[in-house]
Amino acid sequence: MNRYPLWKYVLLIVTLVLATLYTLPNFFGESPAVQVSSGRVTVKVTDAMVQQASKIAAAAGVTPIDAYFEAGSVKLRFKDTDSQIKAKDAIQAALGSDYVIALNLVSDTPAWLAKLHAKPMVLGLDLRGGVHFLLEVDMKAAVDKALEKTAGDIRRDLKAKKVRYGKISKERDRVEVQLRDAETLAAANKALRDTLVNLKVETVSSDGNYKLIVTYPEAALLQLKNDAVKQNITTLHNRVNELGVAEPVIQQQGEGRIVVQLPGVQDTAKAKDILGRTATLEVRLVEDDQAKLAEAINGNVPAGFELMTERRGSEGESVPILLRKEVELTGENINDAQAGFDEQNAPAVHLGLDATGASIFKDLTRENVNKRIAMILVEKGKGEVVTAPVVRGEIGGGRVQISGSMNVTEANDTALLLRAGSLAAPMDIVEERTIGPSLGKENISKGFNSTLYGFAAIAIFMMIYYRVFGVVSTLALGANLLFLIALLSLLGVTLTLPGIAAIALTLGMAIDSNVLINERVREELRDGQSPHMAIQNGYQHAFDTILDSNITTLIAGLALLIFGSGAVRGFAWVHCLGIMTSMFSAVFVSRALINLIYGRRRNLTTLSV
Amino acid sequence: MEFFHVKRDIPFMSYGKLTTAISLGTFVLAVFFLVVKGLNFGVEFTGGTVMELRYAQSVEINQVRHGVESLKYGEVQVQSLGTTKDVMVRIPNIKGKSSAQLSNEVLDSLKKERSDVELRKVEFIGPSVGDELFTHGLTALILVCVGIVAYLMIRFEWRFALSAIIANMHDVVIILGVFALFQWEFSLTVLAGILAVLGYSVNESVVVFDRIRENFRKPNLRGKSVPEVIDNAITATMSRTIITHGSTEAMVLAMLIFGGAALHGFAMALTIGIVFGIYSSVLVASPLLLMFGVTRDRMIKPERIKEEAVV
Repeated sequence: MNRYPLWKYVLLIVTLVLATLYTLPNFFGESPAVQVSSGRVTVKVTDAMVQQASKIAAAAGVTPIDAYFEAGSVKLRFKDTDSQIKAKDAIQAALGSDYVIALNLVSDTPAWLAKLHAKPMVLGLDLRGGVHFLLEVDMKAAVDKALEKTAGDIRRDLKAKKVRYGKISKERDRVEVQLRDAETLAAANKALRDTLVNLKVETVSSDGNYKLIVTYPEAALLQLKNDAVKQNITTLHNRVNELGVAEPVIQQQGEGRIVVQLPGVQDTAKAKDILGRTATLEVRLVEDDQAKLAEAINGNVPAGFELMTERRGSEGESVPILLRKEVELTGENINDAQAGFDEQNAPAVHLGLDATGASIFKDLTRENVNKRIAMILVEKGKGEVVTAPVVRGEIGGGRVQISGSMNVTEANDTALLLRAGSLAAPMDIVEERTIGPSLGKENISKGFNSTLYGFAAIAIFMMIYYRVFGVVSTLALGANLLFLIALLSLLGVTLTLPGIAAIALTLGMAIDSNVLINERVREELRDGQSPHMAIQNGYQHAFDTILDSNITTLIAGLALLIFGSGAVRGFAWVHCLGIMTSMFSAVFVSRALINLIYGRRRNLTTLSV
Repeated sequence: MEFFHVKRDIPFMSYGKLTTAISLGTFVLAVFFLVVKGLNFGVEFTGGTVMELRYAQSVEINQVRHGVESLKYGEVQVQSLGTTKDVMVRIPNIKGKSSAQLSNEVLDSLKKERSDVELRKVEFIGPSVGDELFTHGLTALILVCVGIVAYLMIRFEWRFALSAIIANMHDVVIILGVFALFQWEFSLTVLAGILAVLGYSVNESVVVFDRIRENFRKPNLRGKSVPEVIDNAITATMSRTIITHGSTEAMVLAMLIFGGAALHGFAMALTIGIVFGIYSSVLVASPLLLMFGVTRDRMIKPERIKEEAVV
C-alpha cells in the first residue's frame, strides 16, 4: 500500500536530473561574440574557418575564449565587448567582403552541456529587440511574367517552324493563338506540344474559329510559385548578409509569404532598403587577349574594358578576368535557369531566353565562336562573374546549355544565381515590427517578475492550507516548472512574451490538479477511511477528473497551435507542453513524494492535510 | 485548516431559473454592446501603424497629439501607456506611403518639439493580413468547440457536451462584451487569452460533471432526485473550485499588476474569464443539464436484476 517500487523512484530521479541539466543553460548568461558567415552564395564557410579566424584574432592581441563551427557559421567568444570589437575589425580586414562579420551574443553554456545538446531557450524578437518583416510575393506578377514569356516563345517557335499564325494574346490565365484553318491548327499544336512540355495545350475549332489555348496546369503553376518564393528567399539571404546580422531568420510562411526576422537590427529604413533591392544579370563579352589582361592587372585597364574576378575550380580561387563594358543582354530576357544534365550526363545549367533574348543571343554566339561570354550578377552596385563559358557554336532557339567542369552543387548554385538576377517576383511588405532592445529587456523582467510573485503567493497559500500535502504540491509545482523549461529549451521553442504569460498561466492551472488530489484525500478521510486508504482512493479518484479536464484544455491548446502564427503560436506551444508536464508532475511526482513520506508508516493514524 | 467546507448541500438547482435569467440578461447586454459599440480591434486586425515612444521627461499627451495631428493622416490615436513618459501612436494605413515613411515623419515632427523622444517599437500590419487573422481566429474558435464537444460526447453524453459548450460560449461572449463596453483594445494576445479561457472554463465544467456522474453511481445517493444529486456534486467540488480559481487568479493578477502594457489585455481577458468561468460552470452548465433532461438511467447502464421464477 502506498509504496512505489524502486524503479519508479529511480525513474523520477533520472527525469529530475535530466530536467535540471537541460534547464541549466538558461542561467549561464551570455558573452559577446563575433560571428563569421558567408557573404556570397559562392563562398562556403567551413570548419577550417575556426582556425583561421582564431589566428587572426590572436594576431590582433585578442584571443577568443572559445571558437566553434555551427550551422554554416563560425562563432568566436570573447571576454568583453572591447576585445569583441577589436576582433571584429581585425577579422573583417583580413577576410574582406566575401564574409559577413557580425557582432553577436552567445550563451556561456559550458562545453560539456553543449555536447548533450543542452542549450538555452531562444528568445523571440519581443524579448530581444529587432526587426520582423512579413513579405508577400506578388504571385500574380510572377504568373503574368511567365505567360508573357510563353507568348513570346510561341511566337518564335511557330516562326521557326514556318507555321502561319494570326494573333497571339495573353489573356487572364492563358495564352491564345489564333489560326487560319484546321491544317495549321494541327501543325501548330504538334509544334507547341514538342516545345512546351510541361504546359497544357488545347485546340478549339468551332465554326471557322481555330484557336490554340495554352494554360499552366496546376502542377506547373505550383512549381512556378514555389520557385518564385525559393528564389526570393535566396536573394533575401544574400542581402541580409550585407546587414551583418548575427542570426537572421528567413523562412517561407504559407503559400507565397516570407518571414524575415533580424534580431538586434534597429535601423528599419536601411533594412527595408536593402531587402527591396533587385539584382540584375548582365551578359558581356570576355577579352581573352593575354597582353591586355596583364596590362589591366598591372593597374592600367584599357578604355572600354573592366577588370573583374572570376571563381574557378573547387577551391574557388579568384582569377582576374577582363570584360568589355557593353552589356549584350540583361537578366530581363532570361526567363528560366535550371540545373540539369547535358548529353554526356555531366551537370549543366539550362537557360531559357525569351524572344528578344533569343535573337540577340543567336547573333552574339554566331559572331563569337570559340570566345568566352561572361554572365555577371550585379548586386549592390558590384558585379561578380557567375560563369564564363566558351561559345562552341551558334545558339538559336533561346535554349542555352552551360556545362563544363562543374559538379551538381555548383550547377545548382549557378542556376540559382542566374535566376536571382531575373525571375524574382516583386514583394510587398505586409507586416513589420520593430522592437527596441530596452523594451525587450523590460518585457523579460516584467514577465519573469509576474510569474515569480504569482508562484510565491500560490506556494505560501498551499503550504499553510494543506500543510504537508501542500508542501508536496508546491514541490510538484516546482518540478513542473523545471520540466517545462527543460522541454522548451530542449525543443528549441522560441520564447516570446505571450510564452512567458503561458508559463504563468500553466502554473496557475497546474495547481488545479494538486488541489483536486488534496481535497479528495480530505474527503476520503472525512468519510471515515483509514489514512492509507484515503491516499490510495484520493489519488485514484482525482486522476479520472484530472485526465478529463486536462484533455479538454489540451484540445483548446492544440487548436491554438494549428491556427497560430507568431505570438499566438509561442503561447500555444508553452500551453500544450505545460499541460503535459503538469499532468506528469501532479500525478507521478506528488504521489512519489507522498509515498516516500507516509508509505513506510504502518500504523498511520493521521494525515497532515 | 479548512475554509470552504460546507456541511449541507446548497440547493443550487432551486435557483436555476434565477441564475439562468441573470446569465441571459448579461449575455444579452454583452451582445448589445458588441453590436452597438463593437470591438476596438487592435492593429493586427485592422492594419495600420502603431508606434511606441518614450520621452526622457514626462510629456503632455495633448502636445504629442497636436504634433501628430498636424501631419494630417486622418484618424490618428494618441494614448499614454500607463506612465507620463510612454506614448502610443496609432496611424491608419495610407495609400502610397510605406510604414517607414510614416514612422519617420512622425518621429521627425515630434523631435522638432522635443528632442528627448526615442522610438521603442513600430508595428505595421498590411490590410490583407488582418482579414486573414480574422478567419483564422474564427476557425480556431470553431475547432476548439468541435473538439471539446466531441470529446465530452465520448466521455459523458451529448447533454453534457452541449451544456458545457453553451456555458462556455456564454463566457466568451461576455468577455467580448466587456471589451466592447470599455473599448479596450482587442489584440491577438487577447484572442489567445480568450481561447485559453475557453479551455479553462470547460475544464471547470468537466470537474463538476465528473462529480455528477460519480454521484449517480454512488449507492448512498440512490434515493435522491437528479437536482439533489447535482447540488451535492457542486457542493462537494466547491472548496476545490474556490481554491483553484483563487490560485489561478493570483497568477493572473500578478500578470495584470507587474506584467506591464504588453500583457495587460491578456491578463484582463483571463481575469474576467475566470470569474465567469466559475459562475457558468456551476450556475449555467448544470441547470442546462437539467433542462436537457439528464437522468441517472441515461448516465449509467442499468444492472440487470435476475428474475427468479415463482413456483
